[in-house]
Amino acid sequence: MADIQSLIDKLKGKFPASIQQLKTFRGEVTVTLPKEDIYAICQFLSSDSELQFQFLTDLCGVDFFPETPRFEVVYLLYSMKNNLRLRLKAKVAQGESIPSVESIWKAANWLEREVYDLFGIPFENHPDLRRILLWDGYEGFPLRKDYPVEGPDFDKPFVLEV
Amino acid sequence: MAETRFMTINMGPQHPATHGVLRLVLELDGEIVVKATPHIGHLHRGVEKLGENRTYHQFIPLTDRLDYTNAMGNNLAYVLAVEKLLDLEIPKRAQYLRVMMAELQRIAAHLIWLGTHVLDLGATTPIFYTFREREDILRIFEEVAGGRLTPTYLRIGGVSKDLPDGIEEKIKAFVDAFSGHVKEYETLLTENVIWLNRTKGVGIISREDVINWGVTGPTLRGSGVKWDVRKALPYSSYDQFEFDIPVGSVGDAYDRYVVRLREMEWSNSIVKQALEKLPKGPVIAGDPKVPLPPKEAVTNDIASLIRQFKIASEGFYPPKGEVYASVESAKGELGFYIISDGSNHPFRVRIRPPSFLNLSALPKMIEGSLISDVVTTIGSIDIVLGEIDR
Repeated sequence: MADIQSLIDKLKGKFPASIQQLKTFRGEVTVTLPKEDIYAICQFLSSDSELQFQFLTDLCGVDFFPETPRFEVVYLLYSMKNNLRLRLKAKVAQGESIPSVESIWKAANWLEREVYDLFGIPFENHPDLRRILLWDGYEGFPLRKDYPVEGPDFDKPFVLEV
Repeated sequence: MAETRFMTINMGPQHPATHGVLRLVLELDGEIVVKATPHIGHLHRGVEKLGENRTYHQFIPLTDRLDYTNAMGNNLAYVLAVEKLLDLEIPKRAQYLRVMMAELQRIAAHLIWLGTHVLDLGATTPIFYTFREREDILRIFEEVAGGRLTPTYLRIGGVSKDLPDGIEEKIKAFVDAFSGHVKEYETLLTENVIWLNRTKGVGIISREDVINWGVTGPTLRGSGVKWDVRKALPYSSYDQFEFDIPVGSVGDAYDRYVVRLREMEWSNSIVKQALEKLPKGPVIAGDPKVPLPPKEAVTNDIASLIRQFKIASEGFYPPKGEVYASVESAKGELGFYIISDGSNHPFRVRIRPPSFLNLSALPKMIEGSLISDVVTTIGSIDIVLGEIDR
């Protein structure tokens, strides 16, 4: 059984240059990584026989507008073997893309589509990158901080013009 | 000439067997499904965006409306996340009441699933039985919280009010009768040849696949993975209750059926244990900044009235940070990931809906099977579109 400290040590030993920031809040460990390394590190974490992060619990986007780079993609990993959670983060600037982890965890398929749909962050090598909750042809990305809450036509009555 | 080997048909979004507004585009080779493409989002209400513009208290009623068959469980997941952010200690009695309500809600949610799933496959009788018992639970909720489908019973720091007089006897009567009711459902289904033929070997998904697809809940356990948030990462005093995690072996619709039936029995046992061991004491944390003051105090002294006004209108200011808390809802692992920037509303509320990931594995389960089995498989993974689309 690996504990969280040995996990961090192992990650540091394997990818010493990649760990940009390491934070613990309320017992939850968050590691910030460059987006170029996210695929290799996820591959390592899921396939390592001791760590076995075989379960991708969640993947979501966060918008820190007006900071630059404005987006963060957050991965929440879980290891059933060690009963450990680990949060990975990667910063993505507007207009940039991030490697997809769909080939490691199939769970990422829809989760990445959702991030693409609501934040407009494209994922490289995703097999089916389409909007998921909103319809094709929808304009804008609603979970971005600069997206208006009240909508462009909110003050117009909801009736068809004849 | 156009390719005519496969026929594409559309199923839903308005279709009784899709349990909500799910649209499936099925490519068929005769009666065999070659490719299935789910289309979701018809019920998208932008709950995550709404959360960024509300105080922490104001978001609780929205969580009821995610998986509307499991309102208490949704409340619980959200308040646990906020309490983790605040590092707030919850009174024991409130923790037990939360467990009791969450487990009653799990039974109610599984009863809806059982009734409607079986109805999809042509058995009309069980739904009348299951809705009879569900009504008992909703009556209990009505007395306890004031609401039936969307009770909004939980509060940040505890629960909204203590149990009313006489409700404990009613819960006890329900608990005592319920194991007999489960036997009734079983006599109708478990060894019924039609039921076995419709569900055995249908919608199979392997142990490796459920984990890789991020599937949780009874669908995960039906495939033989003995994992439950209540056991793996206990919350709200679940470690003080005795229960087992039922698992299947094959991972077909029948296994998921058996797992849910056994789960209802264990939930019933947990409610019973909670009722017997229910500690005395307050039902909400004593912190003056977070929970609303009691109603009697608000009507009697000016300081509480001011506090009530301030908390209701302005809310509270948690520290900067990010937390993730999850519960085992009726559908699987329901998690809330909250980022706080130190202001009185969340910077980001991310909901990790179990049905979303469970549904994403649907094509894996139905491709290669008969079109009539699509209905069985959708029913057996028990999705609620309210939480998928959010």
